[in-house]
Amino acid sequence: MTNDDRSALMEIVGKYKSQKGSLIPVLQNIQEYLGYISKESVEFVSEQLNYPESDIYGVVTFYAQFKLEKPGKHGIKVCQGTACHVIGADTVRDVIFKELNLKKYGTTEDMKFTVEEVACLGCCSLAPVIMIDGQVFGKLTMDKIKKILNSY
Amino acid sequence: MSNYKVVVGMGSCGIAAGAHSVYKKIQDTAKDKPELGIILEETGCIGMCYREPLVEIEDLKSKKKYLYGGVDEKRWEKISAEHLIKGEPVKKWIVKSSEKDGTDEDIFKKQFRVVLSRTGHINPESIDEYLKTDGYKALKRVLKEMKREDVIDEIKKSGLRGRGGAGFPTGLKWEFASREKNDKKYIVCNADEGDPGAFMDRAVLEGDPHSVIEGMIIGAYAIGADEGYVYCRAEYPLAIKRLTMAIEQAEKMNFLGDKILQTEFSFHLKIKQGAGAFVCGEETALIASIEGKRGMPRIRPPFPAQKGLWKKPTNINNVETFANIAWIIYNGYEKYASMGTKNSKGTKVFSLSGKIKRTGLAEVPMGISLREIIFEIAGGILDDKKFKAIQVGGPSGGCIPEKLLDTPVDYDSLNATGAIMGSGGMVIMDENSCMVDVARYFLNFTQNESCGKCTFCRIGTKRMHEILSRITQGKGREGDIEKLEEIAHMVAESSLCGLGQTAPNPVLTTIKYFRDEYEAHIKEKRCPAGQCKELITLKIDKEKCIKCGICAKNCPVECIRGSKENPYEIIQEKCIKCGNCKTVCPTKAVIVE
Repeated sequence: MTNDDRSALMEIVGKYKSQKGSLIPVLQNIQEYLGYISKESVEFVSEQLNYPESDIYGVVTFYAQFKLEKPGKHGIKVCQGTACHVIGADTVRDVIFKELNLKKYGTTEDMKFTVEEVACLGCCSLAPVIMIDGQVFGKLTMDKIKKILNSY
Repeated sequence: MSNYKVVVGMGSCGIAAGAHSVYKKIQDTAKDKPELGIILEETGCIGMCYREPLVEIEDLKSKKKYLYGGVDEKRWEKISAEHLIKGEPVKKWIVKSSEKDGTDEDIFKKQFRVVLSRTGHINPESIDEYLKTDGYKALKRVLKEMKREDVIDEIKKSGLRGRGGAGFPTGLKWEFASREKNDKKYIVCNADEGDPGAFMDRAVLEGDPHSVIEGMIIGAYAIGADEGYVYCRAEYPLAIKRLTMAIEQAEKMNFLGDKILQTEFSFHLKIKQGAGAFVCGEETALIASIEGKRGMPRIRPPFPAQKGLWKKPTNINNVETFANIAWIIYNGYEKYASMGTKNSKGTKVFSLSGKIKRTGLAEVPMGISLREIIFEIAGGILDDKKFKAIQVGGPSGGCIPEKLLDTPVDYDSLNATGAIMGSGGMVIMDENSCMVDVARYFLNFTQNESCGKCTFCRIGTKRMHEILSRITQGKGREGDIEKLEEIAHMVAESSLCGLGQTAPNPVLTTIKYFRDEYEAHIKEKRCPAGQCKELITLKIDKEKCIKCGICAKNCPVECIRGSKENPYEIIQEKCIKCGNCKTVCPTKAVIVE
């Protein structure tokens, strides 16, 4: 871990340390900063908050939000909600895979995109939808997906 | 001088449809043409998601309102030129207006809005607009005129039941928590809207966050809590942003904080972000998650009302439940209880999606029939195809067939069908939806989301998913249906929490009402809906093909060949059976075999 990272993580822990139930918000903030939960950061949190590392991994692997591997520059979430499924989420996924040369969910070789599935984005009326870096794109068609991906 | 108030719908759906760029364009118009006197504002979800982006123009002199649908930058140019400059509304794009000549008027006919009364009308980022629409008046009345018991009594008499899904009477729940004697109590709002296909709570949090906060403060007063949490899923960034703003505003005006409105009552509210686990919608799992642990449910009793968050008495209600509270106090329980059926009072918000003409939000009095919701409010099935089933209640719910469409929407009647009310997601399916595939879809979801504590939920859902996958791949065996039923009953009976207890519902209801589809898959290796990829072949009818090439252009794997001279054909070895060609073909030349 670099010194910069260390002081950033220190600041995060400092902000939440006194609060009850601080582990999840601390991990969420670390992930926001690093993009994922690194091995070093687990060791760091374990020392600082006095939690066994096993407990921290228990929490990290329980929740879908946490990643243990460094993700690509842009995060694509493919909605797998009911409405999206019925209208064609699988095709959306296949088109994205093809465009980005992926065989399954994961990160592209150039580390530009990480594609993952998400249970539901709650924009069911615009199905099928995806979210890229927090922005929702709806009523997707093949052309639209290609255009959206090309704009990144 | 102000002539027009222009309001843009800026819920997540509106933004996804392009509301930001329209908003910017309107901003430019207001700046370039100050003589028009435009006041520009934003609001939450208007409920007509299928018409997003929506823009409302209010003529401040005549007080007339016009709601335009599908407004992009180009349409705005024309609307501003015709409507604002010449004073002639562009009728063809108006979806609703005070003159009642919009194209989509009937979507609102059967609705009655309590929870959504402000959503889509006020600016959710302004506490002043909430106050102007009678906001926090109920809280003032509660703190000045009512004892704790009076509040609980009022809610009990209103007949309000928990809107998160299970339908437990809210007043009774509050009474349990209120009776506990302890130096510390908590109140929690469950905003972990995890059901795929549900977005009511998101719309309320984005469109009217103060109504939830006011409901929570009243609840806290009633049970004697001084601290509260909103547990909101991280997938809803806009809801979290607006809720954070609303809490700050309420603190500034002393609706939250110490000695609220110069009384002895204090209440502090915080937001906790969920980290993506469906099971955290269950009360004890949610509590574990706030405490920073893995969100796994535990045995009840003790109930959260006795030992909840950090072992203190805790009351948990859902977003929509809280959003009803202030209305009930302000308008009186009689008015609320006058709506609905004998055992299900008031209104319920539903999110409508799937194969219907009008997707969006609808708030209806309990007791209305499913048929009225689908065919009158939602406008019927897309492309006038045949209705097949309505999925109600998400992964805990079930699929209801055509013959039961006159079922009134209330807790007991929906339970009788094998589905549940659930949180309010309704996904409508047409003749092209395969019911076995839908069951497989939900079991995939529940087996992923099972926390793993109970053996039957952990392993049973997995086995069920395997059998269902097998059936949809054409590898179903004689006896699979019976095996599914057997495991379903074991999972339901041997699971600790609602997730496992209700996980088999999608399977049981589809077997009950669509057994013939299961049998076609197993015995004839055929998918009647033409959905299951392993069981279908897509072909192009040479007679019908007009050689336009649209199919080839839209094929994601480039497996369609042909030219202006030769009819197009699909290379079967490469085809992934996505059905894109079938959707885009103008002459319906693509057939499923």
